Amino acid sequence: MAKTLFDKVWDSHVVRSIKDGPDVFFIDRHFIHEVTSPVAFLGLESRGNTVLYPEKTFATADHNTPTINQHLPVEDVLSANQLDALERNAAKHGILHWGLGDKNNGIVHVVGPENGITLPGATIVCGDSHTSTHGAFGAIAFGIGTSEVEMVLSTQCIMQPKPKKMRININGKLGLGVTPKDVALFIISQQTTSGATGYFVEYAGDVFRDMSMEGRMTVCNLSIEMGARGGMIAPDEKTFEYIKGRALTPKGKDWDKAMEYWKTLHTDENATFDIEFNYDAAEIEPMITYGTNPGMGMGVTKSIPNASQVEGGVETYKKSLGYMHFNEGDTMIGKKIDYVFLGSCTNGRIEDFRAFCSIVKGRKKADHVIAWLVPGSHKVVDQIKEEGLDKIITDAGFELREPGCSACLAMNDDKIPAGKLAVSTSNRNFEGRQGPGSRTLLASPLVAAASAIEGFVTDPRALLVGL
Amino acid sequence: MAYDKFVTLKSSAVPLPIENVDTDQIIPARFLKATERVGFGDNFFRDWRYNADGTPKTDFPLNKEIYAGSKILVGGRNFGSGSSREHAAWAVYDYGLRCVISSAFADIFKNNCLNIGVLPVQVSASFADLLFDAIFADPKTEIKVDLPSQTVTLLSTGASEKFDINPYKKDNMLNGFDDIDYLKNIEEEITTFAQTRPF
Repeated sequence: MAKTLFDKVWDSHVVRSIKDGPDVFFIDRHFIHEVTSPVAFLGLESRGNTVLYPEKTFATADHNTPTINQHLPVEDVLSANQLDALERNAAKHGILHWGLGDKNNGIVHVVGPENGITLPGATIVCGDSHTSTHGAFGAIAFGIGTSEVEMVLSTQCIMQPKPKKMRININGKLGLGVTPKDVALFIISQQTTSGATGYFVEYAGDVFRDMSMEGRMTVCNLSIEMGARGGMIAPDEKTFEYIKGRALTPKGKDWDKAMEYWKTLHTDENATFDIEFNYDAAEIEPMITYGTNPGMGMGVTKSIPNASQVEGGVETYKKSLGYMHFNEGDTMIGKKIDYVFLGSCTNGRIEDFRAFCSIVKGRKKADHVIAWLVPGSHKVVDQIKEEGLDKIITDAGFELREPGCSACLAMNDDKIPAGKLAVSTSNRNFEGRQGPGSRTLLASPLVAAASAIEGFVTDPRALLVGL
Repeated sequence: MAYDKFVTLKSSAVPLPIENVDTDQIIPARFLKATERVGFGDNFFRDWRYNADGTPKTDFPLNKEIYAGSKILVGGRNFGSGSSREHAAWAVYDYGLRCVISSAFADIFKNNCLNIGVLPVQVSASFADLLFDAIFADPKTEIKVDLPSQTVTLLSTGASEKFDINPYKKDNMLNGFDDIDYLKNIEEEITTFAQTRPF
């Protein structure tokens, strides 16, 4: 029977199916971090269980870590406790741990692929909803709760019903200044913040075929923002090229054997989906959000829709615009901004820094803008330096910080102050997400860079022309 | 062994007719720093319940005395979206709620609730509206949630609707079992399966 990519990977990981119930689903790779794992270890120990396969779990510190002075003790006592707990639990149970200062440390969804932990056809979970990132490699990857973290530690399985299947096809060529982030924000604006609830998405078509691995990661990362369980893209030569030779990928005969399997990972011609959507690449502009969920996005040149033009309740919509201090019909271009954040598991990779630098090179940051540039990992930092991007950044009046999740969720000191407006390359514009009272505009690294230079929301195409 | 059993629940309900309530609102990230599962109820909807100076926002439903002691929350469509933080479900539980009713839930939040013994009850949009109207008309109106028959009933009028839950999860809720109990019982099957995985 013809199968989708998702079917192939899901079905090969079902230990047993419970009639009318969930599947017992085997997990190949499990990432843990300091925030959602401590209670899982407490549960494990209180039941007298042990970690069944410690070699299949990988720990990194990222969510609450400071992005300056990482060589000093962490000042926040509660954050320090969580970091200590992660280190202690990893050591006690024989789990590989990349703590603060380790050369492999960084955001979990950046370091997984970087180190070859993320592989095609694998099942990958983490107590973090942006685990969907790893779907870029043709893996089934999704976020889980802490109870499930404990399940994976103690049994290497979780119990989940198989989601429905959605395919999103985008053909054609992307225009100038349109990045993978814009593709994702466009899709989410079409689907709304809940449109893909209950589905696992496969992205297909020219746009994703032409996209780099890092771009695919950005798109899959944001799958959760339309409610999807996850998103994935069939592995191809680009995928194999990316993972080959990384620290933890299979080597020698194991690689050859894995390649044989990986080459079968595509949706068969006659396989069917529960639902499909088709979009045209030419429809997509550089995007920006204007509300308090990622579905509230539009082309940067557009104006904010009226309540009557959007799906959902008027009261909720007005509450959202009220929080943002925006009005129906406002244009976004020209709105004065206070902060810019470049980073996160969505846009904290080398290509994102290259894109940012392509605009700020030879220009100067607007004086009133405070900008936080936070690479996703130490390896990204190293590459920034190797390519001389650090000099471009400094010359333009910016500074580089140390890796971590940072202002994406503001668990550390990187909080946007109440009322301030930030252009952010992260993934969520929820009320208070970047600090209590903060107002977030989600956008690509190009929009962030152009806005940081001009000091107000700016269409990056204006600065790209003439380069 | 993992949590309280859930069979039937009869209670008044707190209404929150806002759509797309995300888990960052249910429990903001800055309150996720505990290493134990305690104290999340205090910060349940922190920034919607309290002003920056710590004073309560009196118009927020959870701060209204009339709803005190309710064990059910009726929320707007797409309740619990965003972050996978189970802390959101813990906050619901710690606050004293045992059931959330909505016309649509985000997947991960729903799953997290089921894993800790909070019952997510998905009803039709029209039934959710009927519940909101009834609560606004009489804040003390009672709702009965009956898990064995999978029904939710507005007691004042007898209006009732069936809800879905898969039989495995239903059995867990009725008995207070959890998935780890199940998985540990089939560990041999799991370890045998593990040997077939290529990496």
